[in-house]
Amino acid sequence: MKIVVLVKHVPDAQFDRHLNGEGNTADRDESILSELDEYALEAALQLAEARGGSKAGNQVIALSMGPAGAVNAVKKSLQMGATEGVHLTDDALAGSDAAATSLALAAAVRHLGGVDLVLTGMASTDGETSLVPAQLAERLGLPQVTFASSLEVDGGRLTARRDADTSSETVEAPLPAVVSVTDQINEPRYPNFKGIIAAKRKSITTLSLADIGVDPAQVGFAGSWTTVTSAEERPPRTAGTIITDEGDAGIKLVDFLAAQKLL
Amino acid sequence: MTKVLVFIDNPGASLKKSSLELLTLARSLGESTVAINGDLSDDVAATFAEYGVGTVLHPSANDLGDFLVAPKAAYLAAAAETTGAGIVLVDNSPEGKEIAARLGIRLNAGVITDVVAVDPDGTAHKSVLAGSYNTACKATTAVSVLTLKANNVAPEPASAPSTPETATVEVPAVANAARITAREQKVASGRPDLTDARIVVAGGRGMDGDFGPVEELADALGAAVGASRAATDAGWISHDAQVGQTGKTVSPQLYISAGISGAIQQKAGMQTSKVIVAVNKDAESPVFEIADFGIIGDVFDVLPQAAAEIKKRKG
Repeated sequence: MKIVVLVKHVPDAQFDRHLNGEGNTADRDESILSELDEYALEAALQLAEARGGSKAGNQVIALSMGPAGAVNAVKKSLQMGATEGVHLTDDALAGSDAAATSLALAAAVRHLGGVDLVLTGMASTDGETSLVPAQLAERLGLPQVTFASSLEVDGGRLTARRDADTSSETVEAPLPAVVSVTDQINEPRYPNFKGIIAAKRKSITTLSLADIGVDPAQVGFAGSWTTVTSAEERPPRTAGTIITDEGDAGIKLVDFLAAQKLL
Repeated sequence: MTKVLVFIDNPGASLKKSSLELLTLARSLGESTVAINGDLSDDVAATFAEYGVGTVLHPSANDLGDFLVAPKAAYLAAAAETTGAGIVLVDNSPEGKEIAARLGIRLNAGVITDVVAVDPDGTAHKSVLAGSYNTACKATTAVSVLTLKANNVAPEPASAPSTPETATVEVPAVANAARITAREQKVASGRPDLTDARIVVAGGRGMDGDFGPVEELADALGAAVGASRAATDAGWISHDAQVGQTGKTVSPQLYISAGISGAIQQKAGMQTSKVIVAVNKDAESPVFEIADFGIIGDVFDVLPQAAAEIKKRKG
């Protein structure tokens, strides 16, 4: 099986995150592999291992689109066990919205060729729009299975479970397909020492827009279909009244709610 | 006048508040058409008239709900093309966002999610990076597709009711859609949906396996029940209830945080709530940094007392 996992290098949510510069894009210092993408990578590794791993010809390709630093998301994926890394990078990609991102990623997936499955996290932890998996599926003409909380592949078909608020569904689709997974699907592994050493020997292919046949005008700020016209940092919330319970805090809470007209 | 298309999937016996919000926003932006999927009840048809809807569209196929997203996006794209819509409004549920995503590609239209307000010129407002920035965004394309977060528009009927026309839209065939082969309905709790609720009471590690007090206070307030990841991972409550970066993002009028320390991932899911109340034994909990009203105390004392007091005052 040839599985492509989309991995994104995102600003670490443990720190304050900022927008700046042209087009109010996120400041990418202090970035890490998006936490939600680790579940997709783990799902890919489990599928490959169940089929005899790389010795049996299974490939798990970590694909990241982004500036120079994004290669770190690929490196971490290789340490966890991905067999190959691909870094799609080009100055013209800066500022790409979901539509432009999905266009570039679709071209990269086509360029890799013969892909059975594209796995992604349920959302990036920076843009948080969840648009890219569905847009990628639409562009590639593939079925999409989103928010999978379990995933099985048997022959040329996949079966997944997805939990919505009012129902749980079982879903089937033929391969190739685009699947996004939730954080309920598995427990991602940590890279171990062996994995870290092995990763040093794995290759990372760098692709430019020219390599995948995408016109720079179709991506980046120029090719995006949405634009951020203004961004204003919200004043941080400040602490209000803090009291210590002296046996009547529940009643004081109700007094507060009444005063705020929230009852 | 801009033509605005609103998608309402399975309107059911009566429209949800979030659907009324979509209709109200649509009317403020132009002439509104609704595309529904599923049956149209008399009550819902009457509500469409009350909200000034010009046309109600139905799909030519009745099996769109058997597939994931793709055929619904194809239907909506056909509906948008037929009506010449300049703006398409969809709810901000996970499925709504995906329909919007695929629709955007089909229509060559920019998609903006998590929208809280739209200006007459189509500029959409939303907050990003877990509520730390407010941004204004605009689609640069002829058509914009916007997904509206619940609880940001006050539902308001039109000054004069309309007499909606009806029409059928031919749904283009979609190859390669994932098929839903089984569906289990979950037991309805009778509480409001977490993402739409005006009030949320959420519990965390400090509930120590017992969500009874959280549920009791939620019911006294007519609120939805939420939880931190620690509580859902421990299996104390269903994963659907998780609020936070990897769960649901909520922005209710009131968020009551009980026994949750307020790690950054939790804050990310709730810090745009209008009023935040926190109850926690640990005075050092980061949640107190953002709470409008904080109580350092035991959740098992404070919550039941508050629930009893609310019931008493409500008589």
